Amino acid sequence: MSGFQKYISKRIIFAAISIFIIFTFDFFLFRLMPGNPIQILYRSPALSPSQIASLEQQFGLNLPMWQQYLLFIKNTFSGNFGISIYYHQSVSSVLFPALLNSLILLIPATIIAIFLGIITGKIAAWRRGTTLDGAITGGSMALYSIPTFWLGGMFILLAIYTRSLPVSGMYTTGASFPSFAAQLADLLNHMILPLTTLTLVLFGQFTIIMRNSLIDVLEEDYINFAKSKGASDNYLLARHAVPNAELPMISVIAVNLGLSVGGAILTEVVFSWPGIGFLIFNAVNARDYPVLQAAFVIVAVVIVLANIVADILYSYLDPRIRYQ
Amino acid sequence: MNDDFSFWKEFKSNRKGVAGLIIVGFFAMMALLAPLISPYDPNATNPSLFLAPSSSVHIFGTNTLGQDLFSRDVYGAQISLIVGIAAGAVAVAIGLVAGLVSGYMGGLIDEIIMRVVDFFIVIPAIVFMIIVAALLGPSLINIIMVIGLLSWAPTARIIRSMVLSIREWPFVESAKANNAGNTYIMFRHIFPNVTSVLYGNAMLAISAAIFTQAALVFLGVGNVTSISWGEIIRQAYTTGALSSGDMLYVLPPGIFIFVLIFGFILMGYALEEIMNPRLRTIKG
Repeated sequence: MSGFQKYISKRIIFAAISIFIIFTFDFFLFRLMPGNPIQILYRSPALSPSQIASLEQQFGLNLPMWQQYLLFIKNTFSGNFGISIYYHQSVSSVLFPALLNSLILLIPATIIAIFLGIITGKIAAWRRGTTLDGAITGGSMALYSIPTFWLGGMFILLAIYTRSLPVSGMYTTGASFPSFAAQLADLLNHMILPLTTLTLVLFGQFTIIMRNSLIDVLEEDYINFAKSKGASDNYLLARHAVPNAELPMISVIAVNLGLSVGGAILTEVVFSWPGIGFLIFNAVNARDYPVLQAAFVIVAVVIVLANIVADILYSYLDPRIRYQ
Repeated sequence: MNDDFSFWKEFKSNRKGVAGLIIVGFFAMMALLAPLISPYDPNATNPSLFLAPSSSVHIFGTNTLGQDLFSRDVYGAQISLIVGIAAGAVAVAIGLVAGLVSGYMGGLIDEIIMRVVDFFIVIPAIVFMIIVAALLGPSLINIIMVIGLLSWAPTARIIRSMVLSIREWPFVESAKANNAGNTYIMFRHIFPNVTSVLYGNAMLAISAAIFTQAALVFLGVGNVTSISWGEIIRQAYTTGALSSGDMLYVLPPGIFIFVLIFGFILMGYALEEIMNPRLRTIKG
């Protein structure tokens, strides 16, 4: 087996074990709840008798614990998370649309933040030790320190004072759209503030990551060598330094995805964006434990899968891993 | 003692460090002297002052219960500092022991600890914290433990990478030759050599814990009955004070969280620069 295959299969095995541990964790965590967890999760009086009966059958609630555990793992794998106590419908029918809404916000924010972070990080690293570097680093640390939910609040205040932008939800409530274009325009309008908030929070983080990994690269011998051959600054950065600094950035960003989720959840709650974060927030307040149980699994699995993608991308781009 | 002297000399000439220390010192004083500074009992309600605007008697106005917001903002420093420092200490202590054991013992133990670290770094801690806090109840000790127990992985990883090189140094070998036990070597010989990163790391852990505590309270899973900055911001949202444009309700607690976190981060970076001579010479 080549080094690449060996590396990837090792990562995939680790991911599979992680997902299994997450499922197991989820099962036991919710059964450690004070009170009667089975009652709270599956036999809630909010559900109809026929719903409870079908849940009892699907999750084997009258069987011994270890059989319930096996059924839980099996059901989780097939996307059966029970019935939401608050929405009175299957958890997956609530969860997956919310996940999609989260990604609509999170993916553009991450891409824009990475793009901007590479530019400012590059400038700061290249001019390191100067006032400009100090300003960029200080600004990034400040963005990183601002409580996300408060920054969102500031944008809401601004929008209210200027009466310009919608501050809540994904679409105008009760609006019907004559065309897809009109719907998209409404969506984008609603997206401006949450997208700006999330992008700014991630941007500070990515600038610091890019700056630090570029500074590491700039210390390398081959940079000095290229310099001594008379390479121009721009050529040196673009051809030699940045490509090598982007590699560690991929893995650091992947590792930090778990942290980005925090920013995303807070942003969604502030702007009532109907994603997973807002769903979790509402589920906590409504004591909708089946939704919480499923949301934890979904978010964790998405993060684990994103890490695998980053690992594959990284080892594909870095020949040192490919040809080991 | 000579060491301490040069540390302070170095620290005093580090602008980030001094700024950070002043900020943290300011909030520490605010927390300690809260009963003297705040003009009102922060819990005293006054039904006739429903969301009173800023005035000479209530400079930040009042909340829906007529409680003085300035007093509550002052008292809020206490919870942030207690949770930040305690949870940061829990995280750093676990991370230190895990990193020392993992790096020094190597082999299967190292492999197992590192896979656990990978797991804790990957899982979205905030979702986990929300759920655990919602399930176990939001007492102060629960919040500290939940944040601490879920934040130790980055520290463990950094400490381990340092231990990996330190354990190859001759003094470790000579300690082994003198029949020193593993625990003794780890804590007497290796530990003093990792403190350089530990202090900087502890400051960053504290800043992250302060952020997380405020975020959890804002999401309604923290201790919503005690006075904290996150709770004041949460109330500003839920009572509609924010959407009615009440600046002095939301601005101060947010700025306090931001500045306090920034202070700890500045101190963390400064300690890293001071303790790591390589960074110091690069920075000039």
